Amino acid sequence: MKYFHLVWSALFRRKTRTILTLVSIVAAFLLFGLLDSVRVAFTAGNNVAGAGRLVVTSRMSMQQALPENLGARIANVQGVSSVAYANWFSGVYQDPKNQIFSFAVSPNYLDLYPELSLPADQRAAWDRTRTGAIVGAALAKRFGWKIGDKIPLQSTIWPSKSSGNNTWTFDITGIFHAKDKKDAGNEQMLMFHWKYFDENNRFGSGEVHWYVVKVADPSRADSVAKAIDALSANSDHETRTQTEQAFQASFIKQLINIGFVVAAIMGAVFFTLLLLTGNTMMQAVRERTSELAVLKTIGFSGRSVLAMVLAEGVLMLLFGGLIGMGLVALIVPGMAAASGGMVPIHGVAGQTWALGISLMIVIGLIVGLVPAWRAMRLNIVDALSGR
Amino acid sequence: MKRFLINFGLVVLAVVALAIWVKLPWIGALILVVLFALWMALTRSGRQAASVTKVGIGTLQDRLGSSLVIVIGIAGVVGVLVALLAMGEGLQATLNSGGRNDTAIVLRGGSVSESQSVLVRDDVDVIEQAAGVARDASGKPMASAELVVAANLPLRNSQDEAAAQLRGVDASAWALRPDLKILEGRKFTPGMRELVVGEAARRQFAGLDVGKEIKLGTQVWKVVGVFQSDGAWNSELWSDRQTVASAYRRGNSAESVLVKLTSPSAFGKFKATLAADPRLKVEASTTHDYFAKQSEGLSKIIRVVGLTVGIIMAIGALFGALNCMFAAVASRAREIATLRAIGFRGTPVVVSVMLETMLLALAGGVLGALIVWLIFNGYHASTLSGFTQLMFQFKVGPDLIWTGLKWALAIGFVGGLFPAVRAARLPVTTALREL
Repeated sequence: MKYFHLVWSALFRRKTRTILTLVSIVAAFLLFGLLDSVRVAFTAGNNVAGAGRLVVTSRMSMQQALPENLGARIANVQGVSSVAYANWFSGVYQDPKNQIFSFAVSPNYLDLYPELSLPADQRAAWDRTRTGAIVGAALAKRFGWKIGDKIPLQSTIWPSKSSGNNTWTFDITGIFHAKDKKDAGNEQMLMFHWKYFDENNRFGSGEVHWYVVKVADPSRADSVAKAIDALSANSDHETRTQTEQAFQASFIKQLINIGFVVAAIMGAVFFTLLLLTGNTMMQAVRERTSELAVLKTIGFSGRSVLAMVLAEGVLMLLFGGLIGMGLVALIVPGMAAASGGMVPIHGVAGQTWALGISLMIVIGLIVGLVPAWRAMRLNIVDALSGR
Repeated sequence: MKRFLINFGLVVLAVVALAIWVKLPWIGALILVVLFALWMALTRSGRQAASVTKVGIGTLQDRLGSSLVIVIGIAGVVGVLVALLAMGEGLQATLNSGGRNDTAIVLRGGSVSESQSVLVRDDVDVIEQAAGVARDASGKPMASAELVVAANLPLRNSQDEAAAQLRGVDASAWALRPDLKILEGRKFTPGMRELVVGEAARRQFAGLDVGKEIKLGTQVWKVVGVFQSDGAWNSELWSDRQTVASAYRRGNSAESVLVKLTSPSAFGKFKATLAADPRLKVEASTTHDYFAKQSEGLSKIIRVVGLTVGIIMAIGALFGALNCMFAAVASRAREIATLRAIGFRGTPVVVSVMLETMLLALAGGVLGALIVWLIFNGYHASTLSGFTQLMFQFKVGPDLIWTGLKWALAIGFVGGLFPAVRAARLPVTTALREL
């Protein structure tokens, strides 16, 4: 540590070169931070609050409806503590581009999601209002909705009996928040009463798209899931029960293999970076041959010269890399805001920082290794005479 | 102050040159190359530039490390950019190629995609009889009412399941999609639980070979044929509409009606007839427009992501190239000063350094594009479209390769410009005295 200023001044011996290299490193880690944040956001599955929740859908496909009376039978399965259900509503607001995550839900649906908080008075008002809807804070902000507003939504699927076309009218009776900022994606939802949906929709009734089941003991989730599927085996509405995590993971896996794309890009980026900074380091050390020889002459050991050159590489990578990741931390909240909460990233995750910093150190060591080795083996007499 | 102004001028010049370069078609680039070659061959300073460049390129092998950095750095940028754009292009091509101007698709009003639409039997009858619909030899309207449902199937080489699109079609569906070819087996028999599967679907899902039986829900279906098409249908499973409707409890309804128009110009009349009919609340569009709209959002996102990643990488590579070229110029300072001392002007020196950088960049661009072409051209990928899997292929076409090379040359241009100017500006006496 006492040689820090030596390392530092060696690093900035040639300002232009170091700054140019630093910009490359900043760019590489900027890219790394952005891509890894996206990867973390899409693969991080849900949190602990999601544990112990099962999702029951039709075995044929997620769009296929299940009978509503199945709910009572699921509730009787041993190990199930409560059952809620919901339907896709697929609403749009004003313009077909403004798609809203909207569901018709059973009265107890919200009880199964303790990570969402709705003030008790708003909850009571919602329960009282037949056409009431509750919306997430982010969604309310996006369209400027307030409690008491009457909003029309077009359903892209369901015609409404009362209006004669696809327009459904809702009264906003509550705005819910996600308790943990990480789940802010949930604040994009709109929920309303399944009963209103069932009575007012012109196609059939008594059907639900999925059940959410809370199991008493999360470690027994698998056997409960099997028991639920057994209820409808060989009927015309066989079910498929998965934990909530598995359900979401299968969705994301189908979207695209993000991990592969990100890994391929990052591989290309870091390979280039390695080559580039490695080359610069070699140059820098070659130029300083005589200076290093002087250091050794005045008594620095070979090992401390090795350590100093290695430290220089790591310092350069850390300096550039931290600037890059810092930029990511500045950009990401803006990006999430610009996408209206659709990109579920909120700050740079701890694991991204950890991975980034370890990459900086490893790459710094790799690029420093060859020049450091040379510096250590330097023969003082040869180096000073310029041979 | 003067120096600052010159540098500022250079930056402005670089920006203007880049702006023109982005818009330049390949023919413009060709003209530039020809003009440049003429200049080199015919004028005195051009010939000087050529000989200085020759020396520079001759000494490249002494600077192998830093030259490789430029080549590989730029290959990385071009490779990633081209790969991402090829993904967007392939997706768009798959979605668009189903579209034609002489077929129209009718959905319920307000529906964006088929799975959101519902048409009852009466609607279908009225639509089929509308003006502008072509009729076959026996006088029947060429129309197919269709129904799509999602069917969960196990993936090939994996434990997971994914959703495939199962489409129920009427008999004229084949005639309405002339690009569709049966590769193997036969078409399904109406009324039987038989499936004809798209070639991409067969590759994605397990058990979709001719003669095999698969279970959808509780029922057993037999695969009797495989078809091939360039469009999104390649990812689908087809069967008779009535059979699908009864298996999925959809009654007599359909989701869309596809009709053949007597001619592309008949679309206006067809649309107007439907709009004027008080019994209907539907929207018609040509399949060309319909598919273009479907692909718009997704391929735009991929393009934006590709360009963002490309730009950040390009900045990294640009500074790498600057670094290497500054070093190259520094190591050749004496040589350049000698040239200037014996009478070479500044221009040939500038041109030679820039030319060298751009040649290295071009090599990098070609390398990157080649690698991506080898790995990714025709690479099969899948994504989720609505609720079901859509399979598509990466397409590395000449357009994309040209885009990649343009980027490479642009990076080479900027990366060479500043070091070149420094080389030309070096005072001869100081440079000669330098070790």
